[in-house]
This record gives sequence, structure tokens and C-alpha cells, in this order.
Amino acid sequence: MTGAAPEGRRRVAYLERGTYRQRRYRDAARILPLFATVLFLLPLFWPWDDAPGVRPSVTIVYLFGLWLVLIGLTALLSRRIRIDAPESENPAGVAEAPEA
Amino acid sequence: MGRRVLLIEDEPNIIEAISFILSKDGWTVHTHADGETAVDRVRDGAPDLVILDVMLPGRSGFDILRDLREGAEAAADLPILMLTARGQQRDRDMAEQLGATRFMTKPFSNSEVLETVRALAAP
Amino acid sequence: MISFNLLIAVSLGYVAFLFLVAFAAERRARRDRGQWLRNPLVYTLSLSIYCTAWTFYGAVGYAARSGFEYLTIYLGPTIVMIGWWWILRKLVRIGKTQRITSVADLISSRFGKSTALGVLVTLLAVAGTTPYIALQLQSVTQSLAVFAAQPGSGWDAGEFEGAAIWIAVGLALFTLIFGTRNLDVNERHHGVVMAIAVEAVVKLFALIAVGVFVVWGMAGGVSEMLARIDASAIADWQPVPHRWVGLIFLSGAALLTLPRMFQVMVVENADEKHLATASWAFPLYVLAMSLFVVPIAVTGLNLLPDAANPDLFVLTIPLATGNESLAILSFLGGFSSATSMVIVATIALATMVSNHIIAPIWLSSTQTGAALSGDVRGVIVMSRRISIAVILALGYLYFRLSGGGAALASIGLISFAGVVQVLPAMIAGIFWRGANRIGAGTGIVIGFAIWAWTLFLPSFGAGAVLSEAVMAEGPFGWGWLQPYGLFGITGLDPVVHTVFWSMFFNTGALVTLSVLTFPNPIERLQGAQFVNVFENSAGARTWAQSAARAEDLLIMAQRIIGHAEAQAMFRQEARAQGIDGYLPEVTPDLIGRLERMLAGSVGAATAHAMVGQLTGSAAVSVEDLIAVADETAQIVEYSNRLEAKSAEQERTARALREANEKLTAISIQKDAFLSQVSHELRTPMTSIRSFSEILREGEIDAEARARFAGIIHQESTRLTRLLDDLLDLSYLENGQVQLDLGRGSLADVLDRAVMAAGVPGDRLALRRDSASERVQIETDLERLTQVFINLITNAAKYCDADRPELVIRARAGAETCEVDFIDNGTPLDAEAQVLIFEKFSRLADEGKAGGAGLGLAICRQIMESLGGGISYLPGQGGPAFRVTLRHRARMAAQ
Repeated sequence: MTGAAPEGRRRVAYLERGTYRQRRYRDAARILPLFATVLFLLPLFWPWDDAPGVRPSVTIVYLFGLWLVLIGLTALLSRRIRIDAPESENPAGVAEAPEA
Repeated sequence: MGRRVLLIEDEPNIIEAISFILSKDGWTVHTHADGETAVDRVRDGAPDLVILDVMLPGRSGFDILRDLREGAEAAADLPILMLTARGQQRDRDMAEQLGATRFMTKPFSNSEVLETVRALAAP
Repeated sequence: MISFNLLIAVSLGYVAFLFLVAFAAERRARRDRGQWLRNPLVYTLSLSIYCTAWTFYGAVGYAARSGFEYLTIYLGPTIVMIGWWWILRKLVRIGKTQRITSVADLISSRFGKSTALGVLVTLLAVAGTTPYIALQLQSVTQSLAVFAAQPGSGWDAGEFEGAAIWIAVGLALFTLIFGTRNLDVNERHHGVVMAIAVEAVVKLFALIAVGVFVVWGMAGGVSEMLARIDASAIADWQPVPHRWVGLIFLSGAALLTLPRMFQVMVVENADEKHLATASWAFPLYVLAMSLFVVPIAVTGLNLLPDAANPDLFVLTIPLATGNESLAILSFLGGFSSATSMVIVATIALATMVSNHIIAPIWLSSTQTGAALSGDVRGVIVMSRRISIAVILALGYLYFRLSGGGAALASIGLISFAGVVQVLPAMIAGIFWRGANRIGAGTGIVIGFAIWAWTLFLPSFGAGAVLSEAVMAEGPFGWGWLQPYGLFGITGLDPVVHTVFWSMFFNTGALVTLSVLTFPNPIERLQGAQFVNVFENSAGARTWAQSAARAEDLLIMAQRIIGHAEAQAMFRQEARAQGIDGYLPEVTPDLIGRLERMLAGSVGAATAHAMVGQLTGSAAVSVEDLIAVADETAQIVEYSNRLEAKSAEQERTARALREANEKLTAISIQKDAFLSQVSHELRTPMTSIRSFSEILREGEIDAEARARFAGIIHQESTRLTRLLDDLLDLSYLENGQVQLDLGRGSLADVLDRAVMAAGVPGDRLALRRDSASERVQIETDLERLTQVFINLITNAAKYCDADRPELVIRARAGAETCEVDFIDNGTPLDAEAQVLIFEKFSRLADEGKAGGAGLGLAICRQIMESLGGGISYLPGQGGPAFRVTLRHRARMAAQ
């Protein structure tokens, strides 16, 4: 697997850094939908009942702007993530404990 | 005075050759081509001599020989001439062991066959 | 004014265009194995069937009535797509490794390949989707009605009333043609997917065209448009929190559970990387679809009379402003939204109905044992076709019975709420190993019941199915069972109310029962397979011991996935084990892989049952139980390298064992060979010598002399032929043969061989397929003819059927071409299949048939020197030989 580079320290170090970066991209891909959910629910807390209310044009700009930003971030992440790379360097780290 | 020969052989041309040679010499030749029923045929026909080929459809000539020599109504004294086209020493030994009266390799000369038959069927 | 005829002509032209696109895609896919269609753009566009006519027309109406709330329908799926790394990626991977064919198959397969769960989910999907299909038919008839209502259109209401049935029939035809072409999911519905992708472009283009017209053509720019929006009724809108949250959840969940979405997203997915692209491209698509919804709604509200139906603003605005071509484009957009949804939904449902309802019934009704009797492939294709027709008929019926009224308009969300009942079982199934069949089944049943009681039945209107009294006070006056206010919670919107309670009890039952009951071993195996799909790519080890014979399995596989595919798979398996030919050793691995392959055609539960019948034990053995218990520990310690190594060793050992057996057999054969040669030479010699002596002695009549000379001649010819054969074989074996390469068509070579073989028709009837023989080959044509003659004369000699018949079938591949010779005699047993190509290997008691038994040995040598091969093809019902040749012969061993 990935950790098994025999030649020299430099190469191992490089590989580990690459793997590390990959794992952080994956973390980001996992977190992103949670942020998206929170931000899409945000309008619920806007001052709708106050005197001037919220103008629809503001709602449009906020929702569609946010939407575009999320699409851009997802595009960025999905290009960086290597989808066919192994899930993790050490399977022991992610496997569940044996069932009783 | 035994003049009846039973020829157990499956090659039609060889049957014709042997029949021709022996008939001319005054023998009555019966032929049989199937290995499986050969033993019954020998018992029913009560020939004076049997010429038996080794490679037969259905059953090997050696098996038939063994049955004739050791079977229930063994024909222990019946003269049996074995014919084979394989001609290896092993076959010769086997035939001797099982009690063939004479063993002959194909191709044979006609006179050889005729003399052997005369010698074996002598009263 | 737009005339009836023009509209019909445009629709028909559009449909013809779709047929053309689908045909072209199928052709193309056959030629280059679908490489061209495997691209992320087509995949993303095919996902757009999420946007049906309900969204194309309805979104504007929704916005006119409830402001920005329509966005929830798109925001839910956006969040799910953005979070692809969590759920979708896993679903797609599981779909691939387990060969999942539908949502029902996923649930059934995960929970122990349970037939009951498959049926349950199928029924749920049919109940949830049929009204939705009706809704599409309604939208098309309504849009036609808009044109009819135009002054001077020249047609009356009666004419378009019948339109729905013609649309249904046309859609059925399209789906029948392109939806049941290929049985295995591996060969995806290229034609359908391509047509859907094209429709996606059409509807997006149409909606944007109307939007651009409204913003720049009518309002005069973006800022003016925003000002108009601020001045419109939509300015009074404010979000209802529980609806906002509830609908985002509902639409996101629907994206995962709608049968048609599962079909395009998971089943038709060709490459996981496409999902990475769709993760941002699909949200972009729905954003574009919803961008102009509010401007169109505001413009419609300002422009049109109060009585105008906002659901049809997309059509009525262009018509009211005299923009007829835009109106037609918009009509096509709505039309394509409706058709693409109906086509894919029907395919998805038909797969479920056929795999989970019809196939199990058929399987249990044929007691004769597995798929060995009857043509399963035919049965499945037929059942799928019937399912398609029935589903569309149901949709049409629903449309007629519901009267196309307002009850239909709200069916979109009701439908969503129904299919979403699968969600807890799906999510728990792929993330929680402890989830089991009893929990999942009970959860779905409870959720389904709550949905029916609180949403589906009331949707027909108070007094239609449920009486008004029940609606207001609950059954028997039990207020806590009141459909719109379970347990006294009446403040919620009906849809959100249903989603909340059904999800609550569905999930509750799933968790509680899974905790309290025990799963069976297959469930635990499948659970581990699904949950750990990324860590554990090895197949399900379900069959530890098996009594199945490779040939039986091959016969069954051929019936289901087709001859070529099955043979290719078995050959590959055999090669991986280091065995020549088509019959690998039956290992649990092989059975597991075979089962998954079959699952691609008939669903996991059915495949399991079929293989189970053949392998002798449908139950799970002790070894399997131990395997389950050890599995978790094993996954931790599993070293891929070790596994690969031991597989490698096993393969080498098997090859060595086979080589050893072969060597021993060869040394025995060498003796036998010499004694055979001796016998074959001496026999004709004997006749020649004997008769020549007779002739030499004279004293015979002329007739006998002629006869004996004839025998001598005949036997010496036989001798010569034998020597020729032996020499030929020896040359071929030593690779010294000169090939005489030439070009010709396979048909000519076969013609020549048939002629030369000179077999009378009553001895052997030939059945050839001349179309398949039109293949150009470059090879040694004489040698090839020799091989064919040998196979034909062999069949003539040895076929023991009452009416001997020889089928010659050719099949051209990319580099090679296969010619099969199959007669209807008794098939060879396994031992004879191996021996038949050896020298002097005449089979028992055919001594008289002539020939020394060198024919097939020579054939094999010839084919090898031509760079092809000849092999015995098991499982064809009679002796069958396959000649494989390259289109261009490789010059071997020159």
C-alpha cells in the first residue's frame, strides 16, 4: 500500500505529506454539507417581523450567492480528492471493534 | 473329426482372408465380431478351434481368453490361437500366462496360419 | 395562431428525434463499448430527471403561492450532492460491488437477501410512483389545453382529452424498446440515458429562454426585475420554519430514495469519478433551473388576470405576449420533463416488479430445480416488458380516475413522503452493521401505514376515502389518531406532519427491533459487506462448501446472462485458477462472484435462491457462521498482500499439480501411442499380405481376383492416409508447417468444407446462419477447411440422435471470430472432454467408424499454428466444439 516506499526517507516523507493532505480534503468534503445546512437555515433567524421586513431581492442574492459559493467549493474539493486512493493508510484505524 | 473353426475378429478384410484360406483347406469357418458376446458364442458353437483377436470392440481378447480358461464352464482344453497387431513382448507374455495355445502377430503368412491351425486341431 | 396540427407535428418530430438519439447511442455503445457515453456530463444531465414536469411548470406556481419556499425542493438535493462523500459515494460503490439493480434490491440484499423486504419496498415504490406518473400525464394534457383555449386554435376540448392515452402508449413503446434491451446492468441503458441527457438540455434551455425573455425582454434588466419583485406580493412572504426545515429534509431524502433517481444515480453509473463531477454540476443545474422561477412568477402575477393558473405561467406568458415560438419551446420543455421522468421511473419500477415479485413467484412455481429448466432470460425479459406496460397502464388509470383535478397537483410532495420511508433502512443499512431485517421491515411497514393514513388517503379529499368525521375527529372518535393531527399535534403542515411522525416511528422501530432481535448469518455477512464496503473488497463468503458442478452453473448462467457473457466469465475464472477451458473449480469465491453477476440481472434474492438450489444447500453452514464471527477481527488483521500471495501460491500449486498429472498421463500415453501406431499400421498390412499371397498362389476365379486386388488397394490407401496423418501431425507439433495465407470469407470456407465432407442430408441436417458467417478472414484457408471438414464428418459419424442435426454458428468479435459446431447427440462426459483432443483417442466402441483418431489432434495443432484454438464447449446439450480464429492469422512458430 502507500506507506511501503522502500527508497530513502525523503520519499516516505513526501508520500506521507500527500496522504495527509488527501485526508484533510476528505474531512473538508465531510464537513461542507453540515455548513451548507446551517447556512441554508440561517434565513429563518432573519428579522422578518420587524417593520420594513426583508426585501425579496436580498433573499434572492443571499440564497443564490451562497448556493454558487457552495458549488464552487464542492467543485474545488471534488477535483482535488483522489477518489480511487485507499480509504486510509492503516485499515485498523477505521475498522470497527469486533462485535461482541 | 473336428473341422470347425470359430474366428473372433472385427476387421472385415482380415475375416475374409482367413476364412478364404481355411475354407479352401476344408475347414468350416464361423465368424464372430463382437467381444462382449464372444464367450457365449464359443460355448454354444462348440468349435474345434478358436482364433481370437486381442483388440475387439466391447471387450478385450485377453478377458475373453481368461473367461474361457477359468470361467464357470471352463473350456480348458479348447485350442485357442491368439492374434494381435500390437506385437509387443508384453502381449505375448500375457497371452501365455492366460493360457493361449499359440500366439501369432499380424501380419502373418497364410501358410503359417494354415499350419498352426492344422497342428492345433489335430485329433 | 398555433394550430393543432403544428403542435402535434412538433411533438411528433421531437419524439422521433428522441428515438433517433436513443438508437444512435445504442449503436455507438455497441461499437465502442460505451466509452463515448461514459462521461461525467451525460451522467450529470441524466440526474436531471429529478426535475419533472411538476418542477418545470409547478415551481413557478409554487413561487406565486408560497414565495421562496419552492427553493427547498432544490436545496435538499444540493446538500445531499455536496455531501456526496458521505452517502452517495458509498451507495454507488455498494451498487457496483453487489450488483444492485434497484432500491428494493439494495434493501433486500442488505438485509439477508430477503424476498419479503424486496416485495415490500417494491409495493411502496409502486404506490408512491404511480400517482407521480399520472401527474406527468396530467401536466402534458394541461399544457395542450392551454393551447386549445387560445382563440382561433380551431380545436375543442375533446381532442386533447384523448392525448393522454397516446402519450402513455408512446412512452410505453419507447421504454419497451430501449428499456429491456439489455438484461444485465453492466450493459446499461445507453439509449435511454442519452435521450434523458438530451431532454435535460431541452428543458433547461426552454426554462432559461422564458426567464431571459421575462427579465431582459419585458422587465428591462436585472435591477428592474429585482425592483419589480420587491414591489410584488412575494415581498410579504416569510419562511414557515417547520416547512422550510421539513421540506429541505424531505427533498434531500427523496433524491436518495426515489426509484428513478436511484436508477440513474447508482444503477446507471459507469464510473465513480462521474459522481465527483456531478457533486457540483448537478447543484449547478438545479440552480439554473430555479434561477428564473421568481421573475417568471412575478411577471405572471402582474401581467395575467387573477384567475390565471400560476402553474402554467411558463406557457401563458409567452402566449399572452404573442411570442409563439417561445411558447412552443416552453411546451417542449415541459413535455421533455414529463417524458424523461416517466421513462426512467417505469424502467426502475419494472425492474423491481420483475425481480422481486414475478421472478420469485416463477422460481417457486418451477419445482424441477433451479434454472436448469426453461429459458430464464426469456422469462425475465418478458416479465419486465409486461411490468412496464402494467405500470404505465396504472399511471394512466390513476390519471383518469382522479379526474386530473387539484388532488393531483399536491401529489408531488405526497409521493416524496411515501418513497422516503425507505430512507431509515437505507442509511442504517450502509452505516450500521447492527441494523437487521426485522427492524428494517417493521420500520418500513409502520412508516408506510402512517404515510397512507395521514397523507395519501386524505389526499383524495375529505369524504372520498376517509369520511369527514374521521378527518376531523379521528376513527371511532379517537382524536389522537386524527389524520392531520396525530397525538394532538395539529399545528404542522400535513406533509411535514407526516414526514415527522413516519420518520420518527420508522426509525424508532428499526432501532428498537434491531437492538432486541438477532439477525441471521446471511444478514450479518451482508451487513459487514455493505458497511465496510471501502475496507473490504472481497466478496461475500456465503458458500463454504458446495456440491454444485461447474457445468451446471455454466448452464444456468448462460440462460440468464447470455451465452457469450457466461462463457467469457467462466473462461476467465478458469484461467485465473490456472485451468484451461471453460470449467473452473467450484470455489466459494467463484460462486460468490457468479451470484453477484446474476444479481445484476435478476436481483440479489433471486440469484441467491437460484445458486442455492444448484449448490445444494440453501442454508448456511457452520463454517459460514464461524466466518461471520471471525470477520470483524479478520478485517482488522487482513493484509491484502498476504491474501494476494496465498492466492498466487494456490494458483501456482494448482498449475503444478495439473502439469504433474499431465506428465504422468503423457508417459502412460506414450506407451499406448506406440502400441496404437503398431496396431493401426499392422492391421491393413495383414490384409495386404494375406491377399497378395492368395493372389500369388493363383487358382482363383477372375471375380475373386478383382475383389481381392480391390481390398489390397483399399487397405494400402488406408495405410497411406494414416502415414500422411502421422507425418502431418508430427510437422504441426514441431511447428515446421508452412502456412499458405490467403484472404476469404468464412462463409466460403464453410461452404467448401460442407461440400468436401459430402455428408448426405438425411445422415446429418446442417443448420447454418449465413448472416453471421459474413466475416472476412486472413489465414491458411486450406488448413481451416480441413479443420471444418473434420468437425462435420465427426458429427456425421458419431451423432447418435434420431434425427442428427448440426448447428454451425459464427460470432465475430473485435480481434477473433468464434465458430461453434454443435450437434444434438449425447454430450461427452468430463473425462472424454479432456481426452478427445489426444492422439488415437477414439471414444469407446466406435472402432468401425474408420479414421485412426488423429483428426481432432490434427485440428488442434492446425488451429494453434494459425494462432487460434479449438476447444470442447460444455453445457450446450450436445457435443459442441468451438473454433476460435483470429481475423488475421498470427504466423506461429515460423
